[in-house]
Amino acid sequence: MSDKKPKKRRDFLFTATTAVGAVGAAAVVWPMVDQMNPDASVKALASTEVDVSSVKPGNTITVLWRGKPVFIRRRTQEEIDEARSVKMEELIHPEKDEDRAKNPEWLVMLGVCTHLGCVPLNDKGDYNGWFCPCHGSHYDTSGRIRKGPAPWNMEVPKYEFVNANTIKIG
Amino acid sequence: MSDHDYQPKSKVGQWFNDRLPLLTLANHLTDYPTPKNLNYWWTFGGILTFCLITQIITGLTLAMHYIAHADMAFESVEHIMRDVNYGWLIRYIHANGASMFFLAVYIHIFRSLFYGSYKAPREIIWIIGIVIYLLMMAAAFMGYVLPWGQMSFWGATVITNLFSAIPLVGEGIVTWLWGGYSVDNPTLTRFFTLHYLIPFLIAGLVILHIWALHVPGNNNPVGIDIKKPSKDTVPFHPYIVIKDGFALLMFMIVFAFFVFYTPNILGHADNYIEANPMVTPAHIVPEWYLLPFYAILRSVPDKLLGVIAMLSAILILAALPWLDTSKIRSAVFRPLYKQFYWILVADVLILGYMGAMPAEGLYLLIARVATAYYFLHFLVILPVLGFKERTLPVPLSITEPILGGSPNLEAAKHTESKIK
Repeated sequence: MSDKKPKKRRDFLFTATTAVGAVGAAAVVWPMVDQMNPDASVKALASTEVDVSSVKPGNTITVLWRGKPVFIRRRTQEEIDEARSVKMEELIHPEKDEDRAKNPEWLVMLGVCTHLGCVPLNDKGDYNGWFCPCHGSHYDTSGRIRKGPAPWNMEVPKYEFVNANTIKIG
Repeated sequence: MSDHDYQPKSKVGQWFNDRLPLLTLANHLTDYPTPKNLNYWWTFGGILTFCLITQIITGLTLAMHYIAHADMAFESVEHIMRDVNYGWLIRYIHANGASMFFLAVYIHIFRSLFYGSYKAPREIIWIIGIVIYLLMMAAAFMGYVLPWGQMSFWGATVITNLFSAIPLVGEGIVTWLWGGYSVDNPTLTRFFTLHYLIPFLIAGLVILHIWALHVPGNNNPVGIDIKKPSKDTVPFHPYIVIKDGFALLMFMIVFAFFVFYTPNILGHADNYIEANPMVTPAHIVPEWYLLPFYAILRSVPDKLLGVIAMLSAILILAALPWLDTSKIRSAVFRPLYKQFYWILVADVLILGYMGAMPAEGLYLLIARVATAYYFLHFLVILPVLGFKERTLPVPLSITEPILGGSPNLEAAKHTESKIK
C-alpha cells in the first residue's frame, strides 16, 4: 500500500459521511454535558438582601448566598488601618484594601477559602483576619491571603448598599 | 491451551456448547493451570471479587431505602439505621466493606510490587488494575458524600475544588460538577447516580483484568516463567479454590469484627452531624485509604502543583512496568530492591499518618520528606537499581529447588524459606 492512490469519489463520500457523523455526535453529546451545568432554578437565586443594622464594629455576620457563606464584617478603625498600611510587595495576591472595601467600614466577601473551598474561621490566624482550618491558609483583615496554600484573596462579590442598613449581594 | 478442544460429555451439553461455548469457559476456569507455589498473598484477588460483590449487593439494598435529596438524605440514612429491618447491618457492612475493599486492594497492589507481577508480559493486567483502583477511589468518595453529613459535604467541597486548580477552565469545571455555585442538591443526585454506576464499570474491568491474567497465567513467588500445564502447576479447581476460600474466611473474620464490634471506628464522628454549608468542621480528614495522597497534596505549598503531585503519585504507578528496569521479577532474588520495597511501604504508611495530622510544623516537614522519597523511589531508585543491582541466581523451575541437585541450591533454599 505504499503507492498513493488518486482521490476518488468514494474517498470524498467517506470524509463527508464521517464529518456529518461527527457533527451529529457532538450535537447529541452537548445536551448530555450541559444538563449538568446550573439549571434555571439555581440561577434564579442570584441575589439576596441583608439587614446589617445590628452588626456592631468588630463583628462579622455570615449569610448564605448561592449556597455559599458570605462574610459581612463591620471593621474597627484599627483593622482598617492595618489593612491599608500593608505594602503591596508583601502580598501574595496584591489588591488594595481600597478596592476590596469601597466603604472601609464594611468588608463583604465570600467566606470561601480559595484553596479548596472550606469556610475560614473568624478572628484567627497570624494576621488578625481569618484562618482556614483545612489546610492552614491565613488571611488578613482585608481577607487577603498572606500565608498558606491558597492562591488568591477571598473573593469580593458584586454587592451594593440599597440603603444605610441593607446590603444587596449579587 | 488445551481447553480449546474441550467437548462436553452430554448430548445436550454439546448442543448448547456448539452454540454458546459457556461450558468451554467453565472448563477453562476450573482447569486453569496455576503455579503450585502461590502463597496466601495471592488470595487477595478472590477476596477483592468478594468485596465487590458484597458492595454491590448491600448497595442495591441500601438504595431501596435511601433518598438522594439534600433535604432528606441525612434523615433517610438515620431511617435505615433505626427503622429498616436489619438496615443497620446492611449499612455497616457497606460502609466497612469500603474500608475492607481498600485494605485488600492495598495488599494486592503491594504483593504485585514485591513479586514484580506488573512486569512483562503482565503490563496490561497491571494498568487495568490501576484504572480499577482509580474507579474505586471515585466510587468511595462519592459514596461518602451520600449520607450528607458534615464530612460528606466538606469532603465533597474540598475534592471537587481540586479541579479549580486547572488554569482558565477550572472554575467552570467545578460549577459544572456541582450543577450550581456550591455543593448542593444537584451535586448529591449526580453523585448518587455515578456511585451506582461505577461498581458495574469495575465489574466489567475485573472481567478484563482476569481475562488478561489468563493469557500469560499467574506470576508466582519465584517470579519465573513456567510451562503450563506442567509439574509446576496445579488446576485452579480444587487447589486454588480451596486456598482462596480459606483465606476468604479469615478475611471475613476481620470484616465481621469491624462490622459487629467497632462499626464506626473507621468513620468520622462529624459525619453524624447534618451537612451545614456555613460551618466547616475544625479538622477535615478524608477516609483512611486516601490519606497518603492527601498528605502529598498538602505537602506542596502551591495549589496547582499540589494537585498535580497528588495525581502523579497515583498515575506514576501506571508507568511502573517501564520505570522498573530489572529483568528479575521477584524481590526474593533482588536483595537491594527488597530493602527499598520495605522502605517504600514504610514511606506510604508515614504519609498516611501525616495525612491524618494537621499540616503544620514537624508533621508538614516529615510529609514533605516522605513525598519527595515517594517520587524518588519510582523515578530514580527503581530505574537505576535495574542496572546496578547484583541479583541472586534464579531457579529454572518451581520444582527444581525442591527436588534438589540444583546448581542454584543456595538461592533455592533462600526461596524455599520465603515461600513457606
